[in-house]
Amino acid sequence: MTLRTAAGRRAVTTAATALSLAVALSACSGTTKDSADKGPAKSGATAKADPGAPLKKGLKLAFLPKQINNPYEKIVDDAGIAAAKEYGGTGKEVGPSDASASSQVSYINTLIQQRQDAILVAANDPNAVCGPLKQAMKKNIKVVAYDSDTAKDCRQLFINQASSEEIGRSLVQHLGEQIDYKGKIAILSATQNATNQNTWIEFMKDELKLPKYKDMKLVKVAYGDDADQKSFQQTQGLMQAYPDLKGIISPTTVGIAAAARYLSDSSYKGKVVLNGLGTPNQMRKYVKNDTVEQFSLWNPEELGYLGSYAAAALASGQITGAEGEKFKAGKLGEYTIGKDGEVILGKPTVFDKKNIDRFDF
Amino acid sequence: MAMAPETQKAEPAVPGAARTRGSLRSLALRWDTAVGALLVAVFVAGLGTTDGFGSADNLAFAFNDIAEVALIALPMTLLVVAGQVDLSVASMLGLGSALTGALWDAGWAFETIVPVVLLVGVAGGLLNGWLVTRVGLPSLAVTIGTLALYRGLASVALGSDAVTDFPQTYADWAVDTTTVPGTFLTYPVLLFVVLAVVTAVVLHATGLGRSLFAIGAQEEAAYFAGIRVKRIKLLLFVVTGLFSAFAGIVFTLRYGSARADNGLGFEMLVIASVLLGGIDFDGGKGTLFGAVAGVLLIGVLKNLLTLNDIANEVQVIVTGLLLVASVLTPRVIAAVVERRHRRAAGARP
Repeated sequence: MTLRTAAGRRAVTTAATALSLAVALSACSGTTKDSADKGPAKSGATAKADPGAPLKKGLKLAFLPKQINNPYEKIVDDAGIAAAKEYGGTGKEVGPSDASASSQVSYINTLIQQRQDAILVAANDPNAVCGPLKQAMKKNIKVVAYDSDTAKDCRQLFINQASSEEIGRSLVQHLGEQIDYKGKIAILSATQNATNQNTWIEFMKDELKLPKYKDMKLVKVAYGDDADQKSFQQTQGLMQAYPDLKGIISPTTVGIAAAARYLSDSSYKGKVVLNGLGTPNQMRKYVKNDTVEQFSLWNPEELGYLGSYAAAALASGQITGAEGEKFKAGKLGEYTIGKDGEVILGKPTVFDKKNIDRFDF
Repeated sequence: MAMAPETQKAEPAVPGAARTRGSLRSLALRWDTAVGALLVAVFVAGLGTTDGFGSADNLAFAFNDIAEVALIALPMTLLVVAGQVDLSVASMLGLGSALTGALWDAGWAFETIVPVVLLVGVAGGLLNGWLVTRVGLPSLAVTIGTLALYRGLASVALGSDAVTDFPQTYADWAVDTTTVPGTFLTYPVLLFVVLAVVTAVVLHATGLGRSLFAIGAQEEAAYFAGIRVKRIKLLLFVVTGLFSAFAGIVFTLRYGSARADNGLGFEMLVIASVLLGGIDFDGGKGTLFGAVAGVLLIGVLKNLLTLNDIANEVQVIVTGLLLVASVLTPRVIAAVVERRHRRAAGARP
């Protein structure tokens, strides 16, 4: 049997030469970041809003969370689905089992095929979901981002749980009080690209620049990918790398619960302060056993409820997503759309030993 | 390496290699035919039962959604036939994506970025191939190492950023809303079809292809028969690295987001598709038709199950069951055939 011995080598050499030549040829011309034709700019609200229009009956809504098995997102989505029943619509939750950038895309495509009236999405990556969401809007499917925003021109509304600035700054303020404004601190986040996490972390860093925090040093931002085991290991790693760590902020419900679990069984319990965003049911035992003094969150049920009503108002033509428009969100009352189609739910709640037993979610 | 003389081997005793004189019966008993039939059955069932499945939009999306996996599955098939495996493909995809983003962000021309990224893919493949052939390590061990290494390099290249705003012209080439006029074929899928034909010819109609089967079946024997085992293996790893880096570019354009963690876990999807297509993990057996049918089946099933709101967990279970079946069925068939032979042999002592 014959195989020309040099064939393999020749193929590799030829390929390499061709590629190098291509590099050389194109090095001084071609499409660069500054010359590239960008896609169309923001597609503004084109239709006219009719604030007096009734909410349509039989609307089909789909919630697409970051991942399907995240307890916090389940609370949000279930409340949104329940709200849909109030105005005679139906809702469902679909989504991937991992929170990767690309995993949500195939779900958006199928929701378009199923002709939903509205898609509510908590984006894992602000841009990866853009293409299919724009297609959805072209086909007159309303798109509402909630919890974690997409790029601004890929949705009509963003339901923000609280002002990002307020969340970021208040977490640093609370932790500062707890550790007397002294010592090394770390952040335990979710995935590296989660829009909401990164916005909050930016505001945290900005807050830390203030003079009163001069003795507080942010030594590391760790990523637990919103996976329990990885978040647990990252906490372990933080404590091994910085045994004199004074505080950890985990602005994710998965992260803070895993971190609390690690700390409560370790020698660091009581030596390091853990604060962040968590749900009362997950955090109850750690508050009671003094691993965690306090943490914050908005009411996730209200977030889902508001998202559901906002999507219905969009699909019924009451609003288009333009700044200043108003709509009524059932029992939560009236909301006004702010800049860039943003609707803010309200102020975060601080949970501690005194009030935690009043909440069940 | 000793230069063994080039001998002319009459018929490589390779089971499963392009058997032209296979009777209909044995064709029907072959797993790759079964996967092909299953693909057609699932597709027809989808058309009959599911609204929107047969729309051009959806088909364009469903096949484009597995474009990267399908592209990498081609060289992976050749590797597995030769008894090798490359687990670093998804990390190389990520490295390709991260580099595309980092260089784009640095103001490079996209036309320059593409060949540079492809060269990095070739370099990665060379490293894999060199460790396997020169250092003599098993490919599984080597590529588990480079899986971590290339993913790490991807993180170094781009950190935790995501780079976006790639040129519209190139992005349009990759997305599922652009199709070959009059069809539901997207351009990445069209490219896959062309490359699949080329790969099929290489595997089933050339001396190189026969060598792959020989290496997979019995590496020592292949070497003594004058096949340049090491060089062929090196070439396979290089081509796989090249395809993986290219898949990284396609992935980046398709999602419009370059990230270091793109394609995380894809290596399993690629290998699963190849095994599902009846390529024997021990090497030496399989057809490219089977591998292609395997990839398409996984893509069509994913799309169909999602359209019917069937939970992701169930999808994973279905894929798992199919895989177990694909590994077991040929073994069972072989056992049945052997028993028949033995009975026949027993009848005439």
